[in-house]
Amino acid sequence: MAELIQILVSGLAAGSIYALAAVGFTLLWQASQTINFAQGEFVMLPAFFVLIGMTVLGLPMWTSILLALVLSLLILGVAFKRLIVEPMLPHGTLPLVIATIALGLLLKESVKEFYGATAQPFPAIFPQTVYNVAGASVSVQDICNLVVSMLAIGGLQLFLNRTRTGRCMQASAQNPAVAEILGVNVKRMVLYTFLINAALATIASVLISPIYLAKFSNGETLGLVAFIAAIVGGFNQIRGALVGGLLIGVIDNLSAVYISAQYRSAMPLLLLIAIILLRPQGLLGTPEGRTV
Amino acid sequence: MIRRLLSTAAIVMALGVAPALAELKIGSIIELSGPGAAAGTNFRDGVKMGFEEINAQGGILKEQVSVLEYDSQTDPQVSRAMVQKAIDDGVYAITGTVFSSSTVVNMLVAKQYGIPQFTGSEAPSITAKGNPYIFRTAFGSQKGVPKMVKYMVENMGVKKVGVAWANTEFGKGGHQAFVAEMEKAGIPIVVDVPAEQAQADFSADVLKLKNSDADAIFVYFTEEESARFLREARKQGIDKPLIGETTLIGHKVIELAGDAANGAMGHVGLTPDANIPALTEMVERFKTKYNYTPDHNAIKGYTAAWTLKYVTEMVGSPDSKAIAEKLHGLTLKASEYPGVLMDVSWDETGEMSRESFFVKVENGKQVVQAVLPPN
Repeated sequence: MAELIQILVSGLAAGSIYALAAVGFTLLWQASQTINFAQGEFVMLPAFFVLIGMTVLGLPMWTSILLALVLSLLILGVAFKRLIVEPMLPHGTLPLVIATIALGLLLKESVKEFYGATAQPFPAIFPQTVYNVAGASVSVQDICNLVVSMLAIGGLQLFLNRTRTGRCMQASAQNPAVAEILGVNVKRMVLYTFLINAALATIASVLISPIYLAKFSNGETLGLVAFIAAIVGGFNQIRGALVGGLLIGVIDNLSAVYISAQYRSAMPLLLLIAIILLRPQGLLGTPEGRTV
Repeated sequence: MIRRLLSTAAIVMALGVAPALAELKIGSIIELSGPGAAAGTNFRDGVKMGFEEINAQGGILKEQVSVLEYDSQTDPQVSRAMVQKAIDDGVYAITGTVFSSSTVVNMLVAKQYGIPQFTGSEAPSITAKGNPYIFRTAFGSQKGVPKMVKYMVENMGVKKVGVAWANTEFGKGGHQAFVAEMEKAGIPIVVDVPAEQAQADFSADVLKLKNSDADAIFVYFTEEESARFLREARKQGIDKPLIGETTLIGHKVIELAGDAANGAMGHVGLTPDANIPALTEMVERFKTKYNYTPDHNAIKGYTAAWTLKYVTEMVGSPDSKAIAEKLHGLTLKASEYPGVLMDVSWDETGEMSRESFFVKVENGKQVVQAVLPPN
């Protein structure tokens, strides 16, 4: 029982971070039909902004995190939308997909070139204390990662459902033409979506880098896992991405402990195949629904 | 007018081309990106520093040495292509690669062309394939693991062990050597956990090991995986001794894992913290030059450069085949050949023998617990 508790806590903590990245996929898809294959690199990059703040500029950790957030909003939010999505979107989805793949490569190779190919230590933002809960060792870091991720996604849901701006964003996603007629500034709403995605990527980066270490290639794994999570949960639902992320995290840990450590990475892929065959819209997705 | 401009430009370009300063070329095929970048960068910098010092002291056979660098990307097939490219570029010896899964593939190319290759790899299979052109810069795990197992049994009183290892050519080699030694010592392995290359999440692996009744855990990963493993072990509060080879307690691992590295222990063929004056001085020069503390891979690269100089000069010419022949059965004493830092011998398979150390990480530094004799 203690073992199961520990697996669940570790799996949910990792899964909640995957969910943050997965939500980014669904947000951008809803707002602008963009499948962002650079999403993994979006999560990788802010960690290096933090490191630059701390090691190059000599700033304290929290100031560096704030700096990383601002840089992410500007580069991964505003610049991504203005320089890549807007010029490419009129040419259709496929050119945009290729452009995001190229962007992912550019970000990865740039970090490798300017910061180095080796992994970098990344400071833990939460205490490393471990508590014994019913025989299981539960770390404060895991709990904090889970809580912060859930708060971020919960806050996003509240923002979208309970605020005027959030509802305008939903309206823009559902039917941009009608939203515009009703006076919604659709372009601004789409920009907000990109900014939210950049902010979520920054949070995911800061949470996962103490575990993964900061490395230029981290985006490969994270991007793939988040993409699978988004498909498994439902590409057009935030709560679907959340469920998908948590499910992948828990299944990964369960399969490593109870089935085979050697074949653990195959389990999420098997789940993906099963979902595509049996429920293509994802566990919580809707076949045609388009809500943010 | 245009013709005159073009001819002027041609003359300027011809004058601008750097003359061939070096006549001896060495190929440095190494992991500068991918999972092996931490180890590869250290090895590369060691090689570079070694040859820079050699050049400053007159080069090899009074000729300057040019080191041509090739990134293997920690990919066996890329490394093979890079070895081929280096040979096409006219190198007479090769240093690298560090990752065994690359070396087992690329050493076949060097063998085919009769080019001596100084590898940083430690998988037993490297020197077991009858390749007369492969030479280690640190002994293989089949020699290191018995020393470590002896220490675990006799000094630590270990009765049952768990194993966490990388499911790669490097990891398989260490795992097989460890399992064989444990069988010889009559010590059961109660839990055996393989992990994938570049695995990031070790929570399930650590949990399995933690919940086992092993007295100690043998950890055999590359540097970055080791650091992630140690961080997770610290997070889950594992209280069993974590014992490994150089890749568990190297300086890069200590830097990456931070406080989580404290308490980890293991066997190292080379350590910058050994009380050997030549080694200490080399480490200080390296730190001044590169602004980071070298690990065992940097020392391997450095000694590879100097070994090549000494043997080339013994042979009297950069004759690749003669150099390989000379290296078999050769012993270099540090008193006569200071660049090798410690007395070292190579046998007929290219395997090496040297003193080694059992160390424990305390306050972020390797502390030597015992000096282990050559075997």
